[in-house]
Amino acid sequence: RERERERERERVAVTLPALSCVALCGGTHGNELSGIYLVQETLKNKRKGEAMEAVTVVTVISNPRAVQQRVRYTETDLNRCFTYAMLSAPVSERTPYEIIRSQELNSLLGPKGSGQAVDLICDLHNTTANMGLCLITYADSDWICLHICKHLQMATIPVRYIHYDIPLSEAFSLESVGKHGFAMEIGPQPHGVIRSNIFTAMQEAVHLMLDWVRLFNSGTQFDEGSVDVYTMVKNIDYPRDPYTHNITAAVHPELQDRDFCLLYPGDPIFLSFSGEILRYKGKEPLYPFFINECAYYEKGVALLLARKSKVKIPAIQCSRA
Amino acid sequence: MGLITLPVIRRMAVCGGTHGNELTGVYLVPELERQRREKGDTLWPVPVTTVLSNPRAVKECKRYVNKDLNRCFTSAILSSPVTDTTPYEVQRAQELNSMLGPKGTADATDIICDLHNTTANMGLTVISYSHTNWVIMHIYKYLQEKITKVPVRLILLNIPICDAYSLESVAKHGISLEVGPQPHGVVRADIFNVMKEGVNVVLDWIQHFNSGKVIEGAEVDVFMFEKSVDYPRDTETQNPLAVIHPQLQDQDFCLLQRGDPLFLTFSGETVGYDEEEPLHPFFINEAAYYEKGIAFHLARKKTLVIPNIQAKND
Repeated sequence: RERERERERERVAVTLPALSCVALCGGTHGNELSGIYLVQETLKNKRKGEAMEAVTVVTVISNPRAVQQRVRYTETDLNRCFTYAMLSAPVSERTPYEIIRSQELNSLLGPKGSGQAVDLICDLHNTTANMGLCLITYADSDWICLHICKHLQMATIPVRYIHYDIPLSEAFSLESVGKHGFAMEIGPQPHGVIRSNIFTAMQEAVHLMLDWVRLFNSGTQFDEGSVDVYTMVKNIDYPRDPYTHNITAAVHPELQDRDFCLLYPGDPIFLSFSGEILRYKGKEPLYPFFINECAYYEKGVALLLARKSKVKIPAIQCSRA
Repeated sequence: MGLITLPVIRRMAVCGGTHGNELTGVYLVPELERQRREKGDTLWPVPVTTVLSNPRAVKECKRYVNKDLNRCFTSAILSSPVTDTTPYEVQRAQELNSMLGPKGTADATDIICDLHNTTANMGLTVISYSHTNWVIMHIYKYLQEKITKVPVRLILLNIPICDAYSLESVAKHGISLEVGPQPHGVVRADIFNVMKEGVNVVLDWIQHFNSGKVIEGAEVDVFMFEKSVDYPRDTETQNPLAVIHPQLQDQDFCLLQRGDPLFLTFSGETVGYDEEEPLHPFFINEAAYYEKGIAFHLARKKTLVIPNIQAKND
């Protein structure tokens, strides 16, 4: 019965409202340069009178203070400030800048969870990890996001879909404000550096995404199919000195840069500075990602681990208003 | 080829965290200290002082707190009076000069090895001031012979010692070991191992030299710093208008000929190298140099002859 229902669902296209407003956000972290430059260039290139047919694109520099200083954040990580609790927290003189800013962004692009929120948020990020391009989102059955991911497979760079299984109220990042949203994460790139190949890849992916939105809004039906989804299971911290809390090992050379290569129990994960190998002690082979991301040292994360599953997506089509 | 006799090496310092977010040195210094605790002072051919140069910057994982420490070692800054408004790094430079110097005197430590990382694809690059410092030239030659995992090169800065602004200029024979590419704030195991091997090779050389053997000279290729090139910038906002061209990115030490691509503007145009003389670019797309107005440096390659040397006890 379950299978019959699933087959029925796939045959008939799911109709969804048009995405009339898309927000393109850069500089949520002020030292992740591709998105900052892409937003600035998109703004420069918006010729007056040029109608982006069928979709309005809003460009936002999310954390202008951090961008100005070329730091990830000034007081607290902006991209952890979008839970319902933080968005509704009372503001005082002591409120960190980023919480004030997250509430501003929520007014501008949300309110989160309401009918006025923008249809799609694409939040642009870079990582020092060798992750190619990843769409990162909370929802595992958001057909819009999954279809966009399927469409992006034609990009030159490898494209993957990462899912964090967190309910919307606890979802802490910017893209959770939109009706649909994902972080578009591209690496490897050092923070504070802009690499031409990475910038071009992000530019290409954003164009493909906006092309898809235009096609969708114009009534194109997108066929059913399937997308590989990586669902985050857990994270592993660096081994640390019990007194100083300093890390005592680096990611092992055989794991470094091998994001999305299956990690088996017993595989080396760390090489201590004194030369010892530490191995993966989990019971289940899992897919590592965000391997050696610079910004995660202070969050106690050396790498994240995911389970991979094939998610079937139905045909979808825009419902005429 | 003649023979030059030089004093035996008596003391060495290894410095990490001169830039607090260049993590290889930040972790190699405590690892050397751990080795010394475990194996005792006989581990190394000479006493080695290990120093975390900029502890406040290391704690915050930033390049510097007030001012780039590695620009504070000119004779002028080292002798400037300290007041309440003196930047932290200037005070720290003066402390380091007392500890490891004073610069230019007979009391200065013999060798400083200052550990750095770069986001540029520079393998292991030795940086120093003098092309007639035979100890340094021989250390470089030995590193080139012994290290095979990455290319090893030498950059010479044509600056007289009193104007030399970086930490290693405090020693009689000072070198920076620059290893990349590594993002700042990240420690990679492969880069750590290259640096660890580099420091061990330097110690190994000291042992050979101090044993009194004649160390044979040779011809070596070196890169003499010529000038810096900035990004094309908007004349009003000073914002960069272009990024390093994909054909130049990661090609440190290649030969740039007239017409070769340097930058790709955001509007898709290529800016080419328009100088007559072919030169070699390095520090291509170093994160810390954006604020210094440097996209890359250019160097002239030269072949130098280094003489045989021999240690003598004085």
